[in-house]
Formats: sequence, C-alpha cells, structure tokens
Amino acid sequence: MSDVVILGAGMHPWGKWGRPFVEYGVAAARAALRDAGLEWTDVRFVVGADTIRNGYPGFVAGATFAQAMGWNGARIASCYAACASGAQALDIARTRILAGLCDVALVVGADSTPKGFFAPVGGDRPDDPDWLRFRLLGATNPAYFALYARRRMALYGDTAEDFAAVKVKNALAGSANENARYRKTVTAAQVLASPLVADPLRLMDICATSDGGAALVLASAEFARRHGASRPVRLAAVSTVTPSFPSTVLELPDFATDSTAAVPPPERPFRAAIAHAAYEEAALGPDDLSFAEVYDLSTALELDWVEDLGLCARGEAAKLLRAGDTALGGRIPVNPSGGLASFGEAVPAQAIAQVCELTWQLRGVAGARQVEGARIGLAINQGLFGHGSSIIATS
Amino acid sequence: MTAPVINGWFTVDGGTAHLLGTRCADCRTVYFPPRTGFCRNPYCDGEDLAETRLPRRGTVWSYTNSCYPPPAPFVTADPYVPVTLAAVELAGTGIVVLGQVKDLTVDDLRVGMELELTTGPLADGPLVWMWGAPGATAERQNGESS
Ligand SMILES: [Zn+2]
Repeated sequence: MSDVVILGAGMHPWGKWGRPFVEYGVAAARAALRDAGLEWTDVRFVVGADTIRNGYPGFVAGATFAQAMGWNGARIASCYAACASGAQALDIARTRILAGLCDVALVVGADSTPKGFFAPVGGDRPDDPDWLRFRLLGATNPAYFALYARRRMALYGDTAEDFAAVKVKNALAGSANENARYRKTVTAAQVLASPLVADPLRLMDICATSDGGAALVLASAEFARRHGASRPVRLAAVSTVTPSFPSTVLELPDFATDSTAAVPPPERPFRAAIAHAAYEEAALGPDDLSFAEVYDLSTALELDWVEDLGLCARGEAAKLLRAGDTALGGRIPVNPSGGLASFGEAVPAQAIAQVCELTWQLRGVAGARQVEGARIGLAINQGLFGHGSSIIATS
Repeated sequence: MTAPVINGWFTVDGGTAHLLGTRCADCRTVYFPPRTGFCRNPYCDGEDLAETRLPRRGTVWSYTNSCYPPPAPFVTADPYVPVTLAAVELAGTGIVVLGQVKDLTVDDLRVGMELELTTGPLADGPLVWMWGAPGATAERQNGESS
C-alpha cells in the first residue's frame, strides 16, 4: 500500500471553555495547517467528526468547519462513530488519498460539552437502548466502567491502589502537556480520598467531559515529497473493525451480551480484536511499540487496554504498572500525553487528539513528556455501538 | 401486577418473575432483550424467533452501584438510595444480563455468587426486573405464614 503521511497536527486546548464547538475546531484546523506549512485553500477534502450535542451544525461537522474556514470548494464528509468518530474520519480521509482522489485532506473534531455525567439525548425514546438503560436501570457510563473494574479485582487481584496509581502516572505526564485540561500532579491518597461514584471507582478514577478540538492534515507521500517534508510521520494502520458475534463482554449501553448458545465466543474479544487488526495491517506486533495512547475512560480501563494490546499477559497489567514499565521513562510508556485522565473526553476530537500525540512523539518534539527514541506509536479506543478505533503511526 | 416499565421484556407468573427473551428456531441462539424479525448470528438466516423464558438464576459477572442520582430519564427516589447493579451470567445460555439489585448492596455481592430474578418498583411506580438473593422472593411470600 502506498503511504499516507501526517503533515500537520493541531489542537485547541482541552477545558471547559463554554464556547461553540466550531471555534475549537477552526482553531485546531488552523494550527494543523500552520504545522503542515499549507494554506486552507490547498485542502481538497475535509472530514468532520460529528458532535451530537450541538444541534444540526454538529451533525454536519465537515460542512460546518468548511463553511467556518471559508468555503473553498473542497469536498466534505461528516461521520459519527461515538468515541471512534475521529478514527473513522481519519480512515475516510486516508482512503480518499489512497484512492488517488485527492492529495491533501483535513480531519477535524471538536466538542462543547455540558456539565456532569453524560446523559442521553432528551425526549421520550423507548426504542433507543441508550435512553432505556438510564430509564430502567439508572446505568450511567461510570457504572459500566465500574463493572469492568470490579471484575479485574475479582479475577486478577487488582486493587483500588492500583487504579489510583494509573491516575497518578497519567496526571504526572499530563502536567507536562500544554493542551491538557488538568495540569496538576496528584497523589494516590488524593485519588483514594475522592468520593465513590460507582463502586469501586472514585471521582478521580473517571474521566471528565471536556471542550476541545483537534485536527490533522493528511497527505499522500508523493505530495509530501513535492512539498519538501522530510521524513513525515507515516500512517501505518487504521483499524476500524467491528465486533465478532457473539460479543461476550457487556458493552455500554447494552442490557445484555450476545448468547454463546449456538456460536462459541470469538478468538479475541472486541478490544483485543481492534488492536490485532491494526498490528496485522502494519505488520507489527506489541513488542515493536515505543509507546501507546489508550482510552482511559477509567483508570482500571487503562489496565484492560494494556492487556488487549498484548503488552503483557491477561491479568498482568497491574504488575507492569507497579514496575513502572508503563510510566514515562519505562519500558513501554502508556498515555504519555496524560490520557483522558488529564484531558477529559471531548468525544469527536479525542481519537484525533490521540493521533496528534503520536505525531509529536514520533517527531521527537513532545518536550518534557517525550518518549526517548520513539519510533512506533499506537493509539486505540472503542466507540459505543461497536466502533473500533486504532491507529499505528511510525517515524 | 403493577404495570411493567417496558412491555415484553419480563413477566410475573404466579408470583415468579421471568425474563422474556427470544430463541432462534434455526440456530437456537437466545436473545435478550427480545429480538424479532431476524437472527443476529451472522452464520444463520433464521427469521423465526419465538419468545422464551430465560433461566431465573445465574452467577454474578460483576456488580457496582450509582453513588450519585443517575440523570433523567431515571426517576430518583427522595431521599436517593444508591442503585445497585449486577451483571448476571444466566445458567446455560452464555448470556449476561444487567439489572438493578433488590435488597442487597455492593457489600453483600461477590463475583461468582448466585442471584435469582425478581422484580421491584422504580421510584415512580412501574415494575422492572431485578436481581435478588436466591429464594428471597419465596421467603417473603412464605414470611406471612411463618
Ligand atoms: Zn439463528
């Protein structure tokens, strides 16, 4: 496969700014274009990752950003895949480049979020499982994260102290990231003293919702050469696979798993399958990675991801954590950006932000949080309703 | 009985609660919530999905609670009592079903322990399925005479 490269990366800092999402997206897009050394009018394709909490403009994010930047005649697409929206947007853009239909594409995601836990979209909607799980069970997002966390404790002996250590690690990394919302280091005692939200998870174990924007400029390797970009970061894989039936992990927002009565469970559960597809496409394996950005919606979930990525055997992620292997300076740093623990989640921007971090780490310009000698980075997350998202980038 | 919060997902028959799923006539895959129309097994073309009562007992896959009142459309009691949730793996079906837990807190629960289906009211009245201690329903019913 011919190469698609990342020419530019840009972000609007995460926070709770209270501005329209379009402003964050445009700020990120302009930053990415400056980074790429390109003009907006050079862009021939724009993909927007949708936000469903900001009305019609959020549903047609590609058009919204293109109009805000000033119509330039470029083709556009908008896509929604929950937390995986950014990866899907990236996949659409790189596919168009690979097909030879354009040379330069801009991928943008931004969100403006209300306070508090995610609540379902309003109205009386008994046909929507996302509405029903709140109505019937009061099952919030943290409740699902807590089910996974409790199961780790029961199966592998993980402790609340282990979960707190993930937060301490990520907060330390995030303190060195100018785009992170939370820049303060924390202690395990502070995490363990924060109020329980969904037993065993406490407030500081769970990621917040944030405002933010992120953008990437993709180009064909041929265009990059003509443009004079020396050794740009290369997209080695984009995995957007769906689960295989029967899915045996209780997934947000479902009431139940699939039944294994007729078909045995797949070889790999969904999260591991997302990573596997990325490794296959890049012809790389877990031992090749210099670092990983994983979707730590909760501290405990980071440990699940570490195992899903094959960085250690199932059940041994806490051992890696305790040994310092996943910290900055460790054998395989996980979430050198500070992760969601330091950012909070801005849904359509988050997967793009992960790739911004890959880009900066692989260029060696990540400053105090730089992973020494980073050559290969992987970002991974999972969107509601079966959306896989994993990107491998190489220097 | 009090109106169920949703039709066709569970029933109470002679004081005993049953979750209602559907089963594909071709491949025997079981679904909850009940699915009709077509089977979701990618290797099966089945379109005949008949209602089936699911096993009433299972083992706890995991559990948690909501320490803060969940947002609408959940209706919270006043004062708020934390909702306890358990995901229970039903015997013989390979299916894990999430539900509120009745009369038990997270301190009473363990992964792998057995629970039994029962029902209980939401704060605004309608009934929903819940997981409870095995035999708890029967005990309460017998409680009046013992
Ligand atoms: Zn079938």
